[in-house]
Amino acid sequence: MLELTGISYRYAGYATEVLHDIDLRLVDGEIVGLVGPNEAGKSTLCLVASGLAPASVGGSLRGTLTLDGTPAAGLATHQLAERVVVGFQNPNTQRSGIAATVFEEIALGPMNLGLAVAETVERTREAIARLKLEHLVLRDPQRLSGGQAQLVGIASLLAMRPRHVILDEPTAQLDPAGTRLVGEALRSLAGTGTSLLIAEHKTDLLDGLCSRIVAIDGGRIVIDGPTAEVFDDPRLTALGVERPARARLAGALATHGIEPGVLAGALSEAAR
Amino acid sequence: MTTDVASPAATSPAGSPAAVIRTELLVHVYDGATRALDGVDLAIARGERVAIVGQNGSGKSTLVRHFNGLLRPTEGRVLVDETDVAGRRVAHLAATVGLAFQDPDRQIFAGKVRSEVAFGPRNLGRRGPELERAIDAALWVTGLDKDAETNPYDLGYSRRKLLALASILAMGTPIVVLDEPTTGQDARGVERIHRIVGDLAEAGRTVVAISHDMRFVAEAFERVIVMRDGRIVLDGPPAEVFAEAAWPTLASTFLEPPLAARIGARLGLGSTPTDETLLAALAR
Repeated sequence: MLELTGISYRYAGYATEVLHDIDLRLVDGEIVGLVGPNEAGKSTLCLVASGLAPASVGGSLRGTLTLDGTPAAGLATHQLAERVVVGFQNPNTQRSGIAATVFEEIALGPMNLGLAVAETVERTREAIARLKLEHLVLRDPQRLSGGQAQLVGIASLLAMRPRHVILDEPTAQLDPAGTRLVGEALRSLAGTGTSLLIAEHKTDLLDGLCSRIVAIDGGRIVIDGPTAEVFDDPRLTALGVERPARARLAGALATHGIEPGVLAGALSEAAR
Repeated sequence: MTTDVASPAATSPAGSPAAVIRTELLVHVYDGATRALDGVDLAIARGERVAIVGQNGSGKSTLVRHFNGLLRPTEGRVLVDETDVAGRRVAHLAATVGLAFQDPDRQIFAGKVRSEVAFGPRNLGRRGPELERAIDAALWVTGLDKDAETNPYDLGYSRRKLLALASILAMGTPIVVLDEPTTGQDARGVERIHRIVGDLAEAGRTVVAISHDMRFVAEAFERVIVMRDGRIVLDGPPAEVFAEAAWPTLASTFLEPPLAARIGARLGLGSTPTDETLLAALAR
């Protein structure tokens, strides 16, 4: 379980807090979607939930982050990395810069966990297969397209087989097929008991993936509930969050007497 | 009718009216090995709003980087204002074609938002009140007017994207090329960019945008080009590219029509690529 209790956070050098009184709990195997307008604090919340803020980026934190019962504040960086991993919005931020090939880049994570070579290679191969990156394994990680770099970044996280995963817009640069692959990989990771927090503007992706949606605005949680309920909440539009196509169109279709089967059929067709 | 471009000859632009951008059998090969563009014939008219879609690696970014001379053809030709770019320097093309990169951090370097936006137009020789007006207008439309004195790296990712866009807008180029402009934007941000695209076209400027956001593409553009393996496989208005007849071609490159288009087809309402066209068809 990953638990944030009474979290408020201020960046180093700033006078005001950007997160206020955040209480959030992710149980094992749960996928929680994080939505909100730009500058609401989603990326900051990702930094705090992954323990990077304040440990690596400084700033001042009130409240506690607890990972499987252990307060993160007492953990060394390598211990933290064994429990929770984070994927950034811009994959170039995440790239190690020291690996010569994509294969080595993905293998760095499990290697750093101190795993044996055979285990490292096995995990790396599995992550590569899951995101269909076989054709890239020998490429230079610095010379990938934005979408390819993002997939390699996510593969690096998968190879660590983390207990908890925090993702900040994991599919921002991906095409629809890549987005679908990542969705499937994350769902199957959750099936192994990993909990995931995913900040995303693509609510269509979250709609099919998450059991729960948390909306934040001005650094505070303003809505927290089951996915279908939150995406039907009219407050979302006021927040500047795009509702999934399903939610946007359901009401209009009902008004015109179109039976729900039409929408369900179109959705399942789209999911194939 | 959507042009299904199985053979390159089917879109030969020869004889068509003045295009601001024209490519003729454009081929680009990276490192002598990767054939990123495989014979692209394309003509874009002045004031057109054109979206380019396709999988990662289908050649979209490679294609648009030929428009401002960042990349040179391996084979074929690129013409801007009907003049071959081969003889023109990047600095000259910069006055005609503004390109906002996908990753804003590859573009941003100044210490203040205002100086970042000033760089492009100043390079093009704008000075004094003309320069100030160009900067103010670009900051205003991107909603960054209150951030003029901020360090770009104190802005969140979504506003750095808008800053990269503002820097290109301020140059006042007749052709504006945007690589994934809506990445990281919330609903309001996407709406803002939608509006900017419309305003540019209304002012007679040509907008070419690469996007994976099919809703944005269907709503903000009048022409959609679908690329696969370095070639154009569909080219037409959204109502044609997202019509049921085109779905197999879309599927061949793992693209999906917007949900509204699928519902419209199921209900026999014809092609309804946007929420708006679906609701209008339902109301009839």
